[in-house]
Amino acid sequence: MNSWLIRRTLGAAVTLLVAVTLVFFLMRLTPGDPLSRLGEERPLPPEAVAALKARYGLDQPLPRQYAAFVGGLLRGDLGASIEHNGRPVTALLAERLPPTLLLGGTALLLNFSFGIWLGVWQASRHGSRGDRAATLLTLIAYAMPSFWLGIVLTWALATELRWFPVGFMRTPWLPADAGWWARLTDLGWHLVLPALTLSVSTVAATVRFQRAAMIEALGTDAVRTARSKGLPERRVRWGHAWRNALGPVLALFGLWLPLLVAGSVFVEQVFSWPGLGSLVAEAIGSRDYPVVMGATLLVAMTVVAGNLIADLLHRWLDPRLRAT
Amino acid sequence: MIGAVLWQRPGGRLGLVLLATVLFVVLFAPAVLPPPFLQPDLEQGRFLPPGAGHLLGTDDLSRDVLSRVVAGGRVSLAVAAGAVALSLTLGTLVGMVAGYAGGWLDQVLMRIVDAALAVPRLFLLLIVVGIMERIPLGVLILTIGATGWFGTSRLVRAEVLRLRTLEFVRGAEALGASHLRILGRHLLPNVLGPLAAATTLAVGDVILLEAGLSFLGLGVQPPTPSWGGMIFWSRSELVTAPWISLAPGVAIVLTVVAVNLVGDALQDATGEQQR
Amino acid sequence: MSALVEVHDLRVSFPAGSRRVQPVDGVGFSIARGETVALVGESGSGKSLTSLALLRLIPAPGRIEPGATLRLDGTDLLALEGEGLRQVRGRRIGMVFQDPMTSLNPVLTVGDQVAETIRAHFPVTGAEAWRRAEALLGEVGLGDPAARARQYPHQLSGGMRQRVMIAIALAAEPELLIADEPTSALDVTVQAQILELLDRLRRARHLSVLLITHDLGVVADRADRVLVMYAGKIVEEAPTAALFATPAHPYSRGLLASLPRLRGPRQPLLAIPGNVPEAAQWPEGCRFRPRCPDAFGPCSGDPPIITIGPARRARCWLHDPAIEGRPR
Repeated sequence: MNSWLIRRTLGAAVTLLVAVTLVFFLMRLTPGDPLSRLGEERPLPPEAVAALKARYGLDQPLPRQYAAFVGGLLRGDLGASIEHNGRPVTALLAERLPPTLLLGGTALLLNFSFGIWLGVWQASRHGSRGDRAATLLTLIAYAMPSFWLGIVLTWALATELRWFPVGFMRTPWLPADAGWWARLTDLGWHLVLPALTLSVSTVAATVRFQRAAMIEALGTDAVRTARSKGLPERRVRWGHAWRNALGPVLALFGLWLPLLVAGSVFVEQVFSWPGLGSLVAEAIGSRDYPVVMGATLLVAMTVVAGNLIADLLHRWLDPRLRAT
Repeated sequence: MIGAVLWQRPGGRLGLVLLATVLFVVLFAPAVLPPPFLQPDLEQGRFLPPGAGHLLGTDDLSRDVLSRVVAGGRVSLAVAAGAVALSLTLGTLVGMVAGYAGGWLDQVLMRIVDAALAVPRLFLLLIVVGIMERIPLGVLILTIGATGWFGTSRLVRAEVLRLRTLEFVRGAEALGASHLRILGRHLLPNVLGPLAAATTLAVGDVILLEAGLSFLGLGVQPPTPSWGGMIFWSRSELVTAPWISLAPGVAIVLTVVAVNLVGDALQDATGEQQR
Repeated sequence: MSALVEVHDLRVSFPAGSRRVQPVDGVGFSIARGETVALVGESGSGKSLTSLALLRLIPAPGRIEPGATLRLDGTDLLALEGEGLRQVRGRRIGMVFQDPMTSLNPVLTVGDQVAETIRAHFPVTGAEAWRRAEALLGEVGLGDPAARARQYPHQLSGGMRQRVMIAIALAAEPELLIADEPTSALDVTVQAQILELLDRLRRARHLSVLLITHDLGVVADRADRVLVMYAGKIVEEAPTAALFATPAHPYSRGLLASLPRLRGPRQPLLAIPGNVPEAAQWPEGCRFRPRCPDAFGPCSGDPPIITIGPARRARCWLHDPAIEGRPR
């Protein structure tokens, strides 16, 4: 197990390096100047200007630039934000990360619990009307752009019905001495719509994968044996079939992370949720390139790490793989 | 023939009907609907709710919303078609080369593909498009297409690897056929089958992607209409005139659902053929 | 004494294109208490499907055609659903499947897989179920059962896995054991051990056994009666000794003749010419006719079942006393 872990981690590091290189060349080959707005509206401290120029310096030879780029990354330096008065990008990202983790984590939970349940439900009724209706419904959920869904939900449930707030993460006028319970429920109340939006727009993939894997698992000899033993159907379905249908869903975990991250850009923007996604959306609007670049690199890292974790989980869950 | 196969499945049938409806409206509505449909209403003006003469109402500039949806649809569908065509070409090329050549070339190419897949497509686009001052439509199509071929290349490569071991390819090699001939005449036609379904589904993905980019201001630039752009610009009037936002959204949903139904039916059909 | 198992007119159908075919086409037999009955046939004869029908495990889109009778000690198996069916499976009928590698759950320990059967049918604690599971694993011949119980199927050899399957099948103490080709996936040396084990367990637990196999050699010392199956129908039914001595149906004769013999004068290996037809392409009349060395006129019609002795029946025109001009 340990030698596999080392090999796999090294492989992940290589993939990440290649991804970073790819992004770098993508940036360099695109015509235009990423720093065209440097100092345009806000005066930047000279050190920040110099550092940015060095990092993205378009007048320096390519290899040196690449080295500066990667070197900065390894040091944890992602440059300085143009829009935010030269604040280090890393600090900005760190500040906006927790809300995104909260939103993304909640959406992930909703997505997986509902998605897995629906996929298993559909598989046990494979071919029936209910199965086909559910497929159409999940397809519609997939086809709705996340930002549009967010807008519609906001309009219907927040503006018209006033059941939920129209956005943000907290109620600004909460009294200063409000207890932790009040704060928690306030947070939860604000979390509902964005989390719902994000999970609805990403649930289709989970359901589809789980359904397919489950249909296959239900047809195996092992499930036939379990039935022949006179086990209750629920145990056959979850203890035998589903345990062997987990694989593709875990692989989905690695696939799902990019979806979640991309989706959060739109959802956070629509709900004014102060996370990474809305940071990126703002940075796009203000042409704050270092922030966009920094967020991209962070996301790539997250995706690679997520895939690694998914692989690990897969190995842990299947005793046949632990031996190698 | 393919149409007949698709028509037989309930999903495929619904998809084809929806798709045909969308295409018909987008391509032919101006020819079919007489004025005052689709014309701006300069007298009564802005924010008319859906009703007589304006099936989907009017917007803040007194333009007929249906006409905007039609115009935006043409742009969005053209972008999707162009980008997917590019992705398909690039992906097939790379996949065939990687699968056929093997060795270090295959390793290098697949490493690059894996790394590219680690960065969400949206962010790849942001990196590129975020630098440019202006984004002409052609460049947008090019960029979206250039970021969408990675998955296709993996698929094609897997097919090529499978096909290589089959008799007819070995036979061609034994007869001394040139590499180009094998690739073009033997491998390519057989690879297209599984590709058809994946490509159709990709169209839906691009429509959603372009809508998202336009919503962020990075996609189709005004004054060119697009579904995503319409949703963005009408957001502030949501309470007073919801139809302006709802119409393009529904259009997107219908189109993507239609495309996916057709793509899924294709996948079923080609999957069975392969067995 | 009434039979433990009674089957009449069992037909199982599957869709094929726009029609349905019946790989099991009118099978009937009975099994008495304590009796071992062998169901013999080549692959494609429908023998496995027959056994699956008894447990109502025919996979969709197949189904048991109406008009069949399936009784276990008087209980109508076809009328059972849900909880009633669950109580028959495992508890009254146990089944050993052919391929233990695919038939065992790879993510559960073998001990768990035996114990869960026990817990599903007896009101015992988890610890008690585990204890019984270990004992059972020892009874089926696994050395160091406590350690084995904690292992996963892929860690065991083929023979050991088959022993586990037998333990699982017997865990809820059924009255009938169905063994579907229990040794086909094993090495020859292990085959004999498994058959010995089944014999021993049968005697100790007073089981009735339905042994399904394509190998007549397996049948010789182990079964009381033999049912020979061909193309969806049972073509001969006889006590084992009688079948081996004087096979009545040409197919049975062919099967016996094709067994290689270690003793006696050297002879060329005989095979029955032709192949078993597929269910969609069964010939009209007697289904064995295309391959039968003794086919004659009436064989173009479906032969009836003819009783030719005590507990002996054959589905063959050759034994119809009313027909003139029979070859024998």
